[in-house]
Amino acid sequence: MNRTADPSDHERMGTRALGILDELARPLILLPVAAVDRILTPIQKRVGIDKMGYFFVLPNLLIFGIFVLFPMLLNFYYAMTGGTKLFPEDRPFVGLDNFATLFDCDDFLSPNTCQEDLFWRGISNTIQFVVFQVSGIVFFSLVTALVLNRKIVARGFFRSVFFYPVLLSPVVVALIWKWVLQHEGVLNAIVEIFGAESKRWLLDTNWAMFWVVFVSVWALMGFYTLILLAGLQSIPPELYEASSIDGANHWQDFRFVTMPLLMPTMFVVLVLSLIRAVQMFDHIFVLTGGGPGTRTQLIVQYIYTTGFSNQIQLFGLSAAASMVLGISLLVLTLLQLRLGNQSSLA
Amino acid sequence: MMAAERVSISQFLSLRSGGKRINTADALTYLYLTFGTVLMFGPVLWLVASSFKTQAGLVKYPPPLLPYQQVQVEVEGFDEALPLFTVTMEDGSSRELAQIRRVGIEARMIDPEDPAAGEIKVNIRQREPVEEVKLAWENYLDPLVELENFDFVTYLKNSVVVTTAATAITLVINSMAAFALSKYKFKGRDAIFVLFISTLMIPITVILVPVFLVITTIGWKNNLWGVIIPGAATPTGIFLLRQYMLTIPDELLDAARIDGASEWHIYWRIILPLARPALAVLAIFSVMWRWNDFLWPLIVLSRNDLFTLQVGLNAFQGELQIQWHYVLAMTVVTLLPITLVFAFLQRFITTGIATTGMK
Repeated sequence: MNRTADPSDHERMGTRALGILDELARPLILLPVAAVDRILTPIQKRVGIDKMGYFFVLPNLLIFGIFVLFPMLLNFYYAMTGGTKLFPEDRPFVGLDNFATLFDCDDFLSPNTCQEDLFWRGISNTIQFVVFQVSGIVFFSLVTALVLNRKIVARGFFRSVFFYPVLLSPVVVALIWKWVLQHEGVLNAIVEIFGAESKRWLLDTNWAMFWVVFVSVWALMGFYTLILLAGLQSIPPELYEASSIDGANHWQDFRFVTMPLLMPTMFVVLVLSLIRAVQMFDHIFVLTGGGPGTRTQLIVQYIYTTGFSNQIQLFGLSAAASMVLGISLLVLTLLQLRLGNQSSLA
Repeated sequence: MMAAERVSISQFLSLRSGGKRINTADALTYLYLTFGTVLMFGPVLWLVASSFKTQAGLVKYPPPLLPYQQVQVEVEGFDEALPLFTVTMEDGSSRELAQIRRVGIEARMIDPEDPAAGEIKVNIRQREPVEEVKLAWENYLDPLVELENFDFVTYLKNSVVVTTAATAITLVINSMAAFALSKYKFKGRDAIFVLFISTLMIPITVILVPVFLVITTIGWKNNLWGVIIPGAATPTGIFLLRQYMLTIPDELLDAARIDGASEWHIYWRIILPLARPALAVLAIFSVMWRWNDFLWPLIVLSRNDLFTLQVGLNAFQGELQIQWHYVLAMTVVTLLPITLVFAFLQRFITTGIATTGMK
């Protein structure tokens, strides 16, 4: 079996990309050297070469500090203040009240008994979504990668076919499917040809979640397919030669050579897709707006609505909810590190 | 190609690249690939085909595959072109007549070949519109000129500004930081690197409120800078560039220093050109991230004239009466640049992802 991609094509495309980049960058490259040098040379003379590292890391560090690090710390403070004002000095300190509000539930399994029922419905929807979406992504990207790894005609073309939707913006993806799924849409026309009844797919409580999962798998699976394909192609062909000498059939090849060696890659796919699924927002927001009712409203939409799109902007509650999201992401990441180490040891 | 090299379609289909006949596994493989191609491309092609239909054509159900429009004919004695119908006459014959106007269930028609013959009254059930395949370019052209609540040109301009500025800034500051972290020994270097990388898994969704406060304080609410700057210090970019720069030998830098080159000169004239492959990958990703970005612009930009394409498109499709003919056309325009970039750099992008594992 042919397991290596043709490198010459890739290199050619790469060179062409670099060529375009060069053309664009040429005037830039000639300009700023002298100007910046005039300012920097005296500084360099005073502090020495190694300290220039601080200068080079500074712009990135500044933006990182102001827009990532500082907000991360500030988020704790927001989560512990109330009111509807944005500026911290106008916000009364309420301690853990926001968390108490979020967790005020008679029964955590039925969101209706909670004070913030939308939060818990968001969590319950997110869990459902994550379970189905991640299994869908893992299953279909594995099958697709295995198929693309076979000796097939026009492999490059088929690989692009499955990858293409990954590049489309979530808004575009959602609009494409909203158009296909609308009541007078092409799906209903096809469904009627087969004698079934047409539906309002996105307004149907039973179907809306299915389509939200389906559309996001459609849009994202190509990315994971590519990672798995790279994993498959890094399995040394000698192993298959050895197993065929041992008289293994295709299934045994798959079970005892492919699967064990693909496990680390599968794990990466699982974790990456999990972390992204938990934060899903864009596709669903445009496709269903969280509806019908709150059937497809996930946790990020709750954070957005509570803090930014409702008439009364509850920034504290929004920040508290985002901390719950942040902690779950942290747990997932730590789990990845833990299990990742174990699987590489095994 | 020479005739001798040609193979019949059935031969071609039953060939594997190895030249053997197909077996069940191959049949299933191609079945899967065919089905997959239809499922992946079908909806996009359907969007493109639909975007060329007129408003009237879009409400037809079941929807026709191609964009049909009713034929309009010029008739002597009438200022405007009239719609053409095939009319089944009382005696069972059929004629092509143009409709002058419709009153209730009765249509007043005229024979375009022979307008002097006068009006013919026809029951509307007896007439079928005559249609031809015609592309409704007005779906694309109207939004360019003036469309209430949807200023496509402005949105496009904003998207282009955000994407190019953000990508340029990301490339410069990320590469500077990566250069410092890979080529200098200074106190706190490793701590800074770990700090950057540890936020890989912390998306902006987790810190929306405080970043919004920072933006508001600076005065960047409803300002494109508020969209451009916060995401510029990407940990992925730093990681990718640093790993690449580590492979550039230090001797090269030392040689340049002996020749009297300043550190900035080394960065700009030696390191950047050498790191082009990694920069190219990051540039492509940054363009994709920024062009497709939605949630953050949605929060920062509330003024219509500052919307990016994605935000504008979402607002436009969220109106009570969706003007699908425009929405579809503008969706096609929005996906066009990414599709073109992909068509040219397909191999480059796919191998880039496969080797760096980022998106």
